[in-house]
Amino acid sequence: MNTIRHTRLSGLEPLVITPDLLFVNVGERTNVTGSAQFKKLIKEDRYEEAVEVARQQVANGAQIIDVNMDEGLIDSEAAMTRFLNLIAAEPDIARVPVMVDSSKWSVIEAGLRCLQGKGVVNSISMKEGEELFLEHARKVLEYGAAVVVMAFDEQGQADTCERKVEISSRAYKLLTEELDFPPEDIIFDPNIFAIATGIEEHNNYAVDFIEATRELKKRFPLSHVSGGVSNVSFSFRGNNTVREAIHSVFLYHAIKAGMDMGIVNAGALMIYDDVPEELRERVEDVVLNRRPDATERLLEVADQYKAKKGEAPVENLAWREKPVRERLAHALVHGIDQFVDEDTEEARQQSSRPLDVIEGPLMDGMNIVGDLFGAGKMFLPQVVKSARVMKKAVAYLLPYIEAEKLRTGDVGKNNGTIVMATVKGDVHDIGKNIVGVVLRCNNFEVIDLGVMVPAQKILDSAREHKADMIGLSGLITPSLEEMSQVAREMQRQEFEIPLLIGGATTSRAHTALKIEPHYKSPTVWVKDASRAVGVAQSLVSKDLVDNFMANIRAEYADIRERHKNRGKGKTLVPLEHARNQRFRGDWSAYVPPQPRKPGLTVFNDYDLAELRQYIDWTPFFQAWELAGRYPAILKDEIVGKQASELFADAQAMLDKIIAERWLTARAVIGFWPARGVGDDIALTAGDDGKIRILHHLRQQAEKPAERPDFCLADFIAPKDAGKQDWLGGFAVTAGIGIEEHVKRFEADHDDYSAILLKALADRLAEAFAERLHERVRREFWGYQPNETLDNDALIDEQYRGIRPAPGYPACPDHTEKTALFELLDATANTGIELTEGFAMYPAAAVSGWYFSHPDSQYFVVGRMTREQIDDYAKRKGWTREEAERWLASHLDYDPE
Amino acid sequence: MSMLPWLHPERVASLEAALRQRILILDGGMGTMLQGHQLDEAGFRGERFEHGHDNHHEHDHPGGCDLKGNNDLLTLTKPDIIRGVHEAYLEAGADLIETNTFNSTRISQADYHLEHLAYELNREGARLARAACDAYTAKNPAKPRFVIGVLGPTSRTASLSPDVNDPGFRNVTFEELVVNYTESANGLIDGGADIVMVETIFDTLNAKAALFALSELFRARGHRVPVMISGTITDRSGRTLSGQTAEAFYYSVKHIRPLAVGLNCALGAADLRPHIQTLANACESYVSTHPNAGLPNAFGEYDETPAQMAAVIGGFAREGLLNLVGGCCGTTPAHIKAIAEAVRQYEPRALPSEITQAA
Repeated sequence: MNTIRHTRLSGLEPLVITPDLLFVNVGERTNVTGSAQFKKLIKEDRYEEAVEVARQQVANGAQIIDVNMDEGLIDSEAAMTRFLNLIAAEPDIARVPVMVDSSKWSVIEAGLRCLQGKGVVNSISMKEGEELFLEHARKVLEYGAAVVVMAFDEQGQADTCERKVEISSRAYKLLTEELDFPPEDIIFDPNIFAIATGIEEHNNYAVDFIEATRELKKRFPLSHVSGGVSNVSFSFRGNNTVREAIHSVFLYHAIKAGMDMGIVNAGALMIYDDVPEELRERVEDVVLNRRPDATERLLEVADQYKAKKGEAPVENLAWREKPVRERLAHALVHGIDQFVDEDTEEARQQSSRPLDVIEGPLMDGMNIVGDLFGAGKMFLPQVVKSARVMKKAVAYLLPYIEAEKLRTGDVGKNNGTIVMATVKGDVHDIGKNIVGVVLRCNNFEVIDLGVMVPAQKILDSAREHKADMIGLSGLITPSLEEMSQVAREMQRQEFEIPLLIGGATTSRAHTALKIEPHYKSPTVWVKDASRAVGVAQSLVSKDLVDNFMANIRAEYADIRERHKNRGKGKTLVPLEHARNQRFRGDWSAYVPPQPRKPGLTVFNDYDLAELRQYIDWTPFFQAWELAGRYPAILKDEIVGKQASELFADAQAMLDKIIAERWLTARAVIGFWPARGVGDDIALTAGDDGKIRILHHLRQQAEKPAERPDFCLADFIAPKDAGKQDWLGGFAVTAGIGIEEHVKRFEADHDDYSAILLKALADRLAEAFAERLHERVRREFWGYQPNETLDNDALIDEQYRGIRPAPGYPACPDHTEKTALFELLDATANTGIELTEGFAMYPAAAVSGWYFSHPDSQYFVVGRMTREQIDDYAKRKGWTREEAERWLASHLDYDPE
Repeated sequence: MSMLPWLHPERVASLEAALRQRILILDGGMGTMLQGHQLDEAGFRGERFEHGHDNHHEHDHPGGCDLKGNNDLLTLTKPDIIRGVHEAYLEAGADLIETNTFNSTRISQADYHLEHLAYELNREGARLARAACDAYTAKNPAKPRFVIGVLGPTSRTASLSPDVNDPGFRNVTFEELVVNYTESANGLIDGGADIVMVETIFDTLNAKAALFALSELFRARGHRVPVMISGTITDRSGRTLSGQTAEAFYYSVKHIRPLAVGLNCALGAADLRPHIQTLANACESYVSTHPNAGLPNAFGEYDETPAQMAAVIGGFAREGLLNLVGGCCGTTPAHIKAIAEAVRQYEPRALPSEITQAA
């Protein structure tokens, strides 16, 4: 769970300021004091165009937009209100938080009254004393915003490091102690002033800011430091190259000192390494105040870098002279897409395969981008531009890659299908797209769902496309938790296909500790695109997969082993306590019913027409994502029409299924003498009278004394009761023969009918289980020979006895299906096979136990302590790790 | 604000103790229950409003106004019916009762020319629920019952334009909403509400106005009561009407340090699941939900049965997502009873701070 105190802002979408973000870009162009163009638009009432400025800022990577209407000739309150109301109607702008920027409190308040999200106030200060400062801060808190606190007090604006730190610290103390203001919602602005102005006192301003930043971050690690970056280069107005060089060098050092937010022109940041060396050195002298003549020396060279009107700076195209590999890298790092087609073409001609261009120069270039970003020398907007260049290069190559596939005759031999997505809450997809391309080139069918994809959509697509694996990608830390969540959902929804994890912040350790334990089927961390093909091929290869996964699982188990020594879970009662509070049947007064037909009964070709009447239709509509109960759903205002059409199609197909015998329903049931032995059930089965032990799990919830902690074994009379009790079991399927028809539909590109058929087979299997249970109660076990319930009552389970299925809440261990299948000889008798993951094939199958005790009931075992897991492992002859893996979602503790 | 004392520290302590112990049960829908009484226009008017306006108040509009459908007015004209609904839910096992004040704001009552009643409706609504809760608490002191004073969304939205041709237009301002909510909340607290809940939030800006009003009101009164917040995901897009995701919504309202944040209305429990999961992951406060009994059918009725709804919600509880749960449109005491039974065996969701301490 998220307990870390990150700053959590919001527009329509959340912005959580984690250290991964390095530096939050606040777009500066919607500011009348900083942008002459924007001022003109507002003054001339051209709000539609002004809104476009905001849109561009967000498109260029601004994570927050600063809005400022402080101009003498503008009604600032009205302009602020109008502009914010207008951008509120634009989802692609309103998704980011707003920074309401004004030196007038009334304008700030007007702005705050328009923000449904959590924005930022820029700024308040102690300029007019503590009282007013606290009054404003309290209002900011009540309006629900974070706040920029300017280092400004009654004496004036702080210019030295000492004063910046002193004033900011005093403000922090007041805010947190007087108002309980959350520290993470405090953003210091220790004042960025112009340097290289020719006035000696100004020379140290940048150093003062940087050093104050370092001290403030040290004292107040939860808070942030921000500033208006363009101020620093004010004295070089008119020389944008030098200004950008100063910004770049200044930010490089300030960010290293802890500055983590800044008001910048998000589209126009220069890369530190990119500043020409001579210029960079002189700029650095100025910024860091390294020599007394620094300003003069910068002025000496400044003019050389000044772009003349209508003329591109000379050095700009020098990179075009370099070899193609370096040109591609340069284009990627600088986000220049102007020459990308010709360079890519040249690289392609030099390569033996078009794919080599991607795996070679393009990947190399993207690695440089990754390194620069990680080192704080490149910012998000630039990375976005790099990605655009990459996409264009890849798009250029794709036809050649396709042609190559044709030539080598690989077409049609699909290696497998992978559904890939960047998880919910994350937008980074460069790596994922590359992996997608590489996999496609290796004959995998890639279904790319894009970015910010919710778990359910990923899983639905995987089902829809019958994916062989799912690949999740993400760059930011919260994505890690989301991936873990997806894994849990995959388990909950009983997926068995491999899960691949990739992306910058993912790791082998995280996958082993936080993802793999939640998903029983193969879960593999993929280090980078180059490994993706190997991993994917191993997973789809029947020859390789077992060995491959055995190694991975051992490796991950080892990692988890090393991460143990963690505190124990709480809230559950000890196993002994739970056992003492077991359900106690009144055995002395109870006569267990004896089955009329003990042993096995096989049904080879059950009448589908009979089963049809037992279908519970509500889940059928759910399978098609039509919400509502049958039969009301057929008249539903929203989905009624669709539901009725679907229902008609289903009835028509059912007619055919029955008339043309598309499906065969087979089943086996059995009853065996049984007795409860602790949490186990001992059976006598077969002619040899051999005893077989079935293992069950017990609830460990803390409950009042009168409410038992259930275990299924409680419903069977123990030996000392002196009564002969019985247990039943069943396995049914309605899916025999389905493959042929599904294939027929698919060959015809008729996915609808294929899905419809599968959904109907599932329903028939469930109906079969319901019908057979009814007959068991009335005939085969016969303890309720006179039961007469209609279908609704059956669906509501208004009968005596239960039929819990291994893997479901009352007996969550799927592996117990092995015992059930052996007892029933289910595969031979019904054709149902158990997969490695203990799922049944065909899918349209149900299996479980029959309990007849009148007080037997469904319950949820829920979470268990390690004590019970150890006990269970011992009973099963498993290692603790095996038990933890099979019962991963039921552990009340972290198995690490 | 967070430093102000509680108005009733002992009730807050007992509420917090209960929240730590178990999943608490909210009540269910009011509208469904009132429909059963099939009140006509005269039934709604009672004596005081027999001419379609308030006999106790000078009115500046000619003639009367149809009052049928003004459910909140029944607090004054048919208090026994409202109390009966509260009692039915208390009997079903509800720990918390929501006041019949969903539309008791000046803006909403203006539709009936009864805006002057806003304070009175809230105060009396809280008193009715208070009396019902106190009677049940007296019967069984081990299960204390609490009154949730409800602040509804009003019929207007502060961050959405009602005019498609002018996206910058608004038919209500933040300041107007603050005035409305201050008056209503004052009535709720004067009437004895233990908690104030801002609920069925379509537009987070309306809710922020309510929270602002509450903060200022608490300060003016010199004490505070716990605040609950419940947003509404309007459709399968997974967003509020005003476009926010559940997580963005939470960040927009967490500044008041709510006792609980949750989601209600619009969707049935099953469709709310991913969003409740999001809140359960993100929230530092307790998490609540009171979904509808499924989606409305062709007749605008809700037909998820108590058993169906309880089964889904039992799943939420099993996975540790919940602290408070109840029902919204279409739910009845039978639903609440089934839900209470379904969640009884499960532990409440632990607060993140508790988890940190445990680790």
